[in-house]
Amino acid sequence: MNWIFLAEQFLNGFQLGILLFLIAAGLTLVLGIMDLVNLAHGSLYMLGAFFAATFAQWTDSFVLGVLLALPAILAAGMVIEVVALRTLYARSHLDQVLATFGLILFFNSLVQLVWPLDGLTIPLPAYLDGAVELGLGVTYPTYRILIIAVGLLVALGLYLMVAKTRLGMLIRAGASNRVMVGALGVDIKWLFTLVFGLGAMLAGLAGMMMAPILSATSGMGEQILILAFVVIVIGGIGSVRGAFIASIIVGLIDTMGRSFLDVLLLAVLPVNAAEAAGPALSSMLIYILMASVLFFKPQGLFPAQSG
Amino acid sequence: MNLRAHATPRSLFTFAVLALCALMPFIAPAIGQDYYVDVFIRIMIWAIAAVSLNLILGYGGMVSFGHAMFLGLGAYTVGILSYYEIYSAFIQWPLALLIGAVVSLGVGAICLRTKGVYFIMITLAFAQMIYFLGVSADEYGSDDGLIIDERSQLGGVLDLDDGLTFYYVVFAFLLLSLFIVKRLVNARFGMVIKGIRSNEDRMQAIGFPTYRYKLACFVIAGVLGTLAGILFANFEKFISPDMMYWTRSGEMIFMVVLGGMGSLFGPVSGAVVYLFLSEFLSNITEQWHIIFGPFLILVVIFARGGIDGLLGGKRRHHG
Repeated sequence: MNWIFLAEQFLNGFQLGILLFLIAAGLTLVLGIMDLVNLAHGSLYMLGAFFAATFAQWTDSFVLGVLLALPAILAAGMVIEVVALRTLYARSHLDQVLATFGLILFFNSLVQLVWPLDGLTIPLPAYLDGAVELGLGVTYPTYRILIIAVGLLVALGLYLMVAKTRLGMLIRAGASNRVMVGALGVDIKWLFTLVFGLGAMLAGLAGMMMAPILSATSGMGEQILILAFVVIVIGGIGSVRGAFIASIIVGLIDTMGRSFLDVLLLAVLPVNAAEAAGPALSSMLIYILMASVLFFKPQGLFPAQSG
Repeated sequence: MNLRAHATPRSLFTFAVLALCALMPFIAPAIGQDYYVDVFIRIMIWAIAAVSLNLILGYGGMVSFGHAMFLGLGAYTVGILSYYEIYSAFIQWPLALLIGAVVSLGVGAICLRTKGVYFIMITLAFAQMIYFLGVSADEYGSDDGLIIDERSQLGGVLDLDDGLTFYYVVFAFLLLSLFIVKRLVNARFGMVIKGIRSNEDRMQAIGFPTYRYKLACFVIAGVLGTLAGILFANFEKFISPDMMYWTRSGEMIFMVVLGGMGSLFGPVSGAVVYLFLSEFLSNITEQWHIIFGPFLILVVIFARGGIDGLLGGKRRHHG
C-alpha cells in the first residue's frame, strides 16, 4: 500500500462525502422542519441528472445544461411538494414512507418512458476531462476536484444562509419547533415549499455532477438515498452541520473501507478468511457505524430538535 | 378464521379468500389456468410474511422497514445448507428459525432503543447489512443468487417436490401463522402490545416492562418472517439478495397497509390484491409502476383503513 493510493482514496472518499452532503442537506431539513420522511429525495437526484443530460444535449454544453437544469429541478421540487407531499405532513411516518415509496416507483418508471431505457450519458467537456498534478506525485481528475470545490462552496453558502439570513433563522426555528414558528405568524406553507425546492435543487445538483461519471439511469437515486438517510440519522435530524460532518465521515469510511479493509484484515486473519470477510464487512461498515451511533446516541450526533 | 355466528361482509370475504386458497389446486385446472396454483403459492407465502409484519407494524405500531431481512435469513439458511447437500428439513428448518430468532433478538434489542424515524431508519440499515452480506457472499452466488437443487426433505413424511403437497404445506403454514397471531393478540400479551401502541408511557407507568414486550413481539414476528423465507426458497428453488432488498420491505409494508393494519386477516387480503394487481398491471405495460406508484399514494391518502376498513372492520387509528 503506497501513500499516493491512500491520498487518492482519501480524496475519493471526501468527494463521495461532499456529494452525500448535497443530498443529505435537503433531506435533513425536510425531515427536521416538516417532519416528512421523504424517500423520493433520491428521485430528485435522478431527475437532476436527467435534466442536466437533456439540457446539455440541447445546448451542446455541459455547463449550460447544468445552469438550465438547476431552476428546472427547483421548480419540479416545488411542484412535487404542492401536488403530492403537502397532504402528508399531518400523517404518520408510516404513511409518508409508503406514499413517497410510491413516488419513487412512479419516477423510476417515468424516466424510463421519457428517456431511453439504458439512460443518458453526458460527455465531459475537454477542459474538465484531464487530471491535475497536486504535488508529491499525486494526480487527481480535474472534474472530481471541481465536484469537491462546488460542494464545499455550496456547503459554505448553505452555512451562511442558515446562520446569517432571515430565511436561515426561520429554517433553524422551524427545525427546533415548527408549531411555534407558525404561531408567530410565519407563513409555514410557503416556507415549506421553498425549503423543499431548495433541497430538491441541492439533490438535483448532486445528480447533475454525477451524471458525467455514472450516466443518468432509472433507479440511480436509491442507493445514494439510503446512504443519505444513514448520514442524517448519524448527524442528527434537522442539523445541517451534523449532516456535513456525518457526510464526510460516511464518505471516507465507505471508500476507505472498500479499499483498505481487506488489507487490514490480512494482518489479523488468514488469507482466505480475510478475502471472504473483506468485501462483506466493508459494504456493511457504514451500517454498523450507524447502528453503533444510534445505540449510544439514539438522537444522532448533533440533535437539532428540542422536543 | 374470524367467523362469527352472523355473516358480515368482512367474515364472508375472509371465508371466500381462504376457500379460494384451499381449493385453488382444483379450480385452476378446471378453468384451464394452471399457473394460478403457482400464483397462489406465492400469494400465500407473501401473506405469511405480511401477517408476521402486521404483528409488529399493525398491532405493535413499530414501523419496521427491514422485514425482508427475515425472509432472506430463512431463504439463505435453506439455500446454503442445500449447497452443502444438507437437505433434511429437520435440520434446515429449525436452524433457520433459530437464526431468525437470534438475529431478530439482537437487531430488535438495538433498534427498539430508538423511536419514530430513527426506528424506521435503523431497521432499514440492518436489513441493508444483511442484504450486502448476501451480495458479497461470492461462494453462494453473490448478486446472481444460488439455485437450490432439491426442496427440503421431510424424511418420507411428506414429499415437497409434489406440487399438491407443497401447496397444502404452504396453506397449512398460512393458517398456522394466522392462528398464532390471533391467539397472541387476543391474549394478555396482545393487549399489552396494543396498549403500548396507543400510549407507551402509560403502559410503563402501570408497570409493564414495555421494552421487553416489544422485543418479544419483534422476535415472534422475525421468526414468522423467517418461516416465509424458508417456504420462499423451497418454492422458487432459488435464492438471491434481491429478495431482501429494501424495496421488498416496502412492498410488505404496503401489503399490510392495503389490507388493513392491525386486523388479523388484512395482510392476507393485502397480499392477494397486491400480487394480483402487480400481475395484472405488468401484463399491460412493462412500466407498470407508473400506474402502481400513484395507486399506492392514493391508497395511503384516501383508504386509511385498507380493505379491512372498506369491509366494515373497526376503524383503527394509525400508529
